[in-house]
Amino acid sequence: MNMQQAIKMTAAETALVDAYTAQIGDLPGDGSVLSVRDTLVHELKTAGLPTRRVESWHYTDLRTLLRAVPAADPTAFADRVDALVPGSTVLSVRNGQAEVKASLPDGVTVRSYVDSLLDGSAAAGLAVLGFDDAIGRINGGLVRGGLEIDVAAETALEDPLEIQLVQSLGQAHTRFPVAFGANTKATVIERHLSTDAGESFVSSVSDVTLAEGSEIIWIILQQQGISDTHLGQLRFDLGKNAKLHLFVINAGGKLVRQEIHGKTSGEGADFKLRGINLLGGESHTDVTFTLGHNVPHTTSTEVIRNVVFDRAKGVFQGKILVAKDAQKTDAKMACNTLLLSDDADLSAKPELEIFADDVQCGHGATVTDIDHTQLFYLMARGVPENKARGMLVNAFVAEIVEELEEHEALVEALEDVISTWLEKHA
Amino acid sequence: MLEIKNLHARIAEDGTEIIRGLNLTVKAGEVAAIMGPNGSGKSTLSYILSGREDYEVTEGDILYNGESILELDASERAAKGIFLAFQYPVEIPGVATMQFLKVAMNEQRKYRGEDELTTPEFMRRVKEAAAELKIAPEMLRRPLNVGFSGGEKKRAEILQMSLLQPKLCVLDETDSGLDIDALKIVADGVNALRSPDRAVVVITHYQRLLDYIVPDTVHVLYKGQVIKSGDKMLAHELEANGYADIIDAAA
Repeated sequence: MNMQQAIKMTAAETALVDAYTAQIGDLPGDGSVLSVRDTLVHELKTAGLPTRRVESWHYTDLRTLLRAVPAADPTAFADRVDALVPGSTVLSVRNGQAEVKASLPDGVTVRSYVDSLLDGSAAAGLAVLGFDDAIGRINGGLVRGGLEIDVAAETALEDPLEIQLVQSLGQAHTRFPVAFGANTKATVIERHLSTDAGESFVSSVSDVTLAEGSEIIWIILQQQGISDTHLGQLRFDLGKNAKLHLFVINAGGKLVRQEIHGKTSGEGADFKLRGINLLGGESHTDVTFTLGHNVPHTTSTEVIRNVVFDRAKGVFQGKILVAKDAQKTDAKMACNTLLLSDDADLSAKPELEIFADDVQCGHGATVTDIDHTQLFYLMARGVPENKARGMLVNAFVAEIVEELEEHEALVEALEDVISTWLEKHA
Repeated sequence: MLEIKNLHARIAEDGTEIIRGLNLTVKAGEVAAIMGPNGSGKSTLSYILSGREDYEVTEGDILYNGESILELDASERAAKGIFLAFQYPVEIPGVATMQFLKVAMNEQRKYRGEDELTTPEFMRRVKEAAAELKIAPEMLRRPLNVGFSGGEKKRAEILQMSLLQPKLCVLDETDSGLDIDALKIVADGVNALRSPDRAVVVITHYQRLLDYIVPDTVHVLYKGQVIKSGDKMLAHELEANGYADIIDAAA
């Protein structure tokens, strides 16, 4: 099909293009940034949002699922909330507007992403990852807030850095380029939440680079409201011996797609993805992951646990690519699902593309109901059925959180998020 | 305390009848041993007593303290004081042993209208009972039954039993997989619970366990029926001569 031929735009596509048009002259950016924005929005206008015919969107037909996009609401107000983990340094972003905090831990520099748009240094980063990068395209066209964070080499942060994105109504489009210097150690919590029952539409892209020897825990905790659309993307690049431990927890939203796209660029790099998707109601939640093992001797493990209630639908797509020279790659991916209602649905699509010949790669997917023997065991000790079911569902995901055991306060906070969610849904 | 009358039961899924007209009475204070060859229905009986839903009672009744328990689910039976020590205790990754013990104890108390235990009181009880059974505190910090050896699992079952203080204890092949030292510890734990207001049903293949937990009555189960009852001498007789004579005599 000729991409230039105009399509008949859906209400959502029209709303996104209109949002752009309405802000022309107001969206931050120098000439180079504005020209990238123009191209991205033009592509959106001509090609539209991806449908299931686009392979990477096969299970999340965005064009059909995204029925409407709320207009930006300049009067909307969102309040800060308490940090997830007490003692964290909170970088507050409210309705897409980031504040640059005055007091920061030693070694951490933060500047407004708007400045990078204005001076043009953000232009290169606005490019989409590919023709199917709808999140990058929407975000690149409309982004008007965010933070650029730099952690100096040899910095070890004792307390977490929380990027707190609170949304009330309307739209927010944010971006966070984050650079960790050599041998840094830090925990970052990227937290998306909603304080309002009204509809919101959020896109957020984090672009993370880890220099040699850095060890980073990055948590994405998504707790949007039940009528919200959340499009998230995390890009990462791992240097020599860098370790990234990524936790993605989805516990909210109506239409959610969280993409993770990474590559290993230095030998000895190690990546861990741990995902927990708590899905209920009529929601649709998609976690799509690609990892390029691009150099020899790098390792990765991915474990996704889905708990699906009601009429919710979940999607996990995981693709591991091992480059021709990336010998001795060791990659293992697992996606385990508890389906807790007859109408719940989960699509899992693990893929391996291996061009090297001396590697160890594997993947597996399971879908189960509550284990009846375990349920009987708990009940035979006097635990009522509902409570016993709750304990088993909790146990299914708690295993993942326990991997963070040396960060006690963080584990406690995440367990609290999970049990609160389960109490509401079970 | 326990009265099983003409019980017939089958596997819910495929309708296979396992229990075929079983009668058994166990009085308070009594230790009853149930013996029988493989496939005679011993484990099934223990599951039916504790309320496992994979089995259907098609005829007869089970009375516990004079009341039918057939309509109660497993958790209600447990809260009323029926305890099954599993032949194969179930591993539950992600559920901490201590958390499980606390929930189980407090849920049973709640059902009976009693106050929940305070954490210090709970800890004190667990510590005491664990020490009796030579259970290391380290074991209690692991997820429930995960990574426990066979012997540890059986001891953990007896620990739960002594903490929950049930009125009717059903031990399903508690001796399987135990070496002689572990067997003694487990038997001591069970014997410590013997009391005039408590009954114990010991299901076993072998007479060995009954040297340590001496039964008041012994019942032979075959094809889902009790075909012979007697005192502890019956167990010795079975050990010496096997089941064949009794089965032939009953046929």
